[in-house]
Amino acid sequence: MDVQMLTYLVVGITFAVYIGIAIKTRAGSTKEFYVAGGGVPPVLNGMATAADWMSAASFISLAGIVSFVGYDGSVYLMGWTGGYVLLALLMVPYLRKFGKFTVPDFIGDRYYSQAARTVAVVCAIFISFTYIAGQMRGVGVVFSRFLEVEVDTGVYIGMCVVFFYAVLGGMKGITYTQVAQYCVMIFAFMVPAIFLSVMMTGHIFPQLGFGAEVLDATGNSSGVYLLDKLDGLSTELGFAQYTEGSKSMIDVFFICGALMFGTAGLPHVIVRFFTVPTVKASRSSAGWTLLFIAIMYTTIPALAAFSRVNMIETVNGADGKGVSHEQAPSWVKNWEKTGLVKFEDKNGDGKMLYTKGAENEMKIDRDIIVLATPEMANLPAWVIALMAAGGLAAALSTSAGLLLVISTSVSHDLLKKNLMPNISDKKELMYARLASGVGVVMAGYFGINPPGFVAAVVAIAFGLAASSLFPAITMGIFSKKMNKEGAIAGMLAGLLFTTVYIVYFKFVNPSANVSDNWLFGISPEGIGMLGMVINFAVAMAVCKVTAATPQSVVDMVESIRFPKGAGGAQDH
Amino acid sequence: MSFESADTAKEYWNENIKLVISLLTVWAAVSFGCGILFVDFLNEIQFMGFKLGFWFAQQGAIYVFLILIFVYVKKANKLDEKYGVDE
Repeated sequence: MDVQMLTYLVVGITFAVYIGIAIKTRAGSTKEFYVAGGGVPPVLNGMATAADWMSAASFISLAGIVSFVGYDGSVYLMGWTGGYVLLALLMVPYLRKFGKFTVPDFIGDRYYSQAARTVAVVCAIFISFTYIAGQMRGVGVVFSRFLEVEVDTGVYIGMCVVFFYAVLGGMKGITYTQVAQYCVMIFAFMVPAIFLSVMMTGHIFPQLGFGAEVLDATGNSSGVYLLDKLDGLSTELGFAQYTEGSKSMIDVFFICGALMFGTAGLPHVIVRFFTVPTVKASRSSAGWTLLFIAIMYTTIPALAAFSRVNMIETVNGADGKGVSHEQAPSWVKNWEKTGLVKFEDKNGDGKMLYTKGAENEMKIDRDIIVLATPEMANLPAWVIALMAAGGLAAALSTSAGLLLVISTSVSHDLLKKNLMPNISDKKELMYARLASGVGVVMAGYFGINPPGFVAAVVAIAFGLAASSLFPAITMGIFSKKMNKEGAIAGMLAGLLFTTVYIVYFKFVNPSANVSDNWLFGISPEGIGMLGMVINFAVAMAVCKVTAATPQSVVDMVESIRFPKGAGGAQDH
Repeated sequence: MSFESADTAKEYWNENIKLVISLLTVWAAVSFGCGILFVDFLNEIQFMGFKLGFWFAQQGAIYVFLILIFVYVKKANKLDEKYGVDE
């Protein structure tokens, strides 16, 4: 069987499994639709949350980014895992005790204010939309490379599948589908990484191979550590040392912070911990989530280093003088067809050369690093098929989780809690399904007509989450005194500052987006952390001079601070 | 109110805060500290095939995060039992 057929087969089987699970676990009530009835075991919830969290970007792009920027890529590795410590210690158990369905629910009730709820809803919807557009694009790219259909057709197929199981199954269907998707995704990611690790260093665990000595052509240890070799190659070719990076320390610090606090403020992650049965379960569920994420996130930098060495050596040859393009390995030829690899024979010698300088002849898109790994390592066809299924699982699982937040925000936070308080459970469920239907269509639209600013808006999504939702939620738990005036002023100040800063440098005046013009040398990607500090400061100042919190709210805060008495997720 | 008195509720909360702060100190130390602020200093130290600072930034911090959450789970559950507020 050829690669093409095999890929169709593997992808077809996984899709059938997802849809089968969705039919078996479809939601019958709003409670099941929003929080899976609150009955998901913590380990499974951890797995589902990990799948939800690890997006097409994590699966397809992250190793490539780290591979190209080395140490600077650490901000993503630490930022997107460190946020879970904040979630577990500062938010999850208390929000689970609170027991309602959404982040705006908590903010609206805790700050006894529709205005606060509305600010939270707008943030939740905006954050989710920016994310989902990128996911659908990822689906399209995977389809076009591995199944050789048009990107547009790929997006349509992806839309249909997500529509089917998100709209039908709600959180219950999504959770169990995501468990399956996690298994597909992690298997697809680990197999080539392990093969590559064994091939290059003789270690089965990529995490160990990362710090081991490279093997020479005869399979004996060469006595040179992988990273030392990589540093050497990088310097030779004119790049910064792999282990040193080139961003300023303050910028690395703030980007890492913005990603951590942003992660802890993302509605589609927080809401997952409403689905477990008890407070105790919510705590351990956060741990399981990070464990399942860490398996992939500790492999990513190893894979990044392996493929960087591998790529440089296959292109430049063992002597560093270049390999003839005619004898280029198959991955170069395959990916040239997609336009993601380009060879321009500047000196006319017919040889490929990859360097930092002007004589560079190769344009290699970082997005191919993961997807081309099986070809680079000469792995069998089924591994390539698996890679396609894994990329799709990553994109679909994240899309479904985001769609759920969008539909919940509309049907629950906007309609039930704002515009139509007397709506019946059945009607609310219908609106929830309708909203996720509209969400799928909009996401598909952005997938087919990708706005050039997807990467830029992702910075906004994390910045917003860090500067608005994270402070509002944590102050709501850890301060009994924080009142609605303080919280709303804080959220607006953080939001405004962060948005203006990012919009100015990303859209209004992109040519000024250089470190000399940045405030304290902080790039737009990291400004959310400063926005967060501003939020806290403004909230505390305003709180001091305005009316005290009502006693009923103080009682509520006291009651969420200990686990006893947390029922299943409440009906409303 | 599930506590015997307002005082025990306060004690419980203070112990909880102490636990959270001590764990978050470690969290900040390995990520912002070892991985970023002191990375150049730690890079002078060789750890297996890694420069130590680089290892913290791309591997070590993540392992420590994981340990922190499971330590928290264990200690927080114990604290709940001690004050009789577990589920």
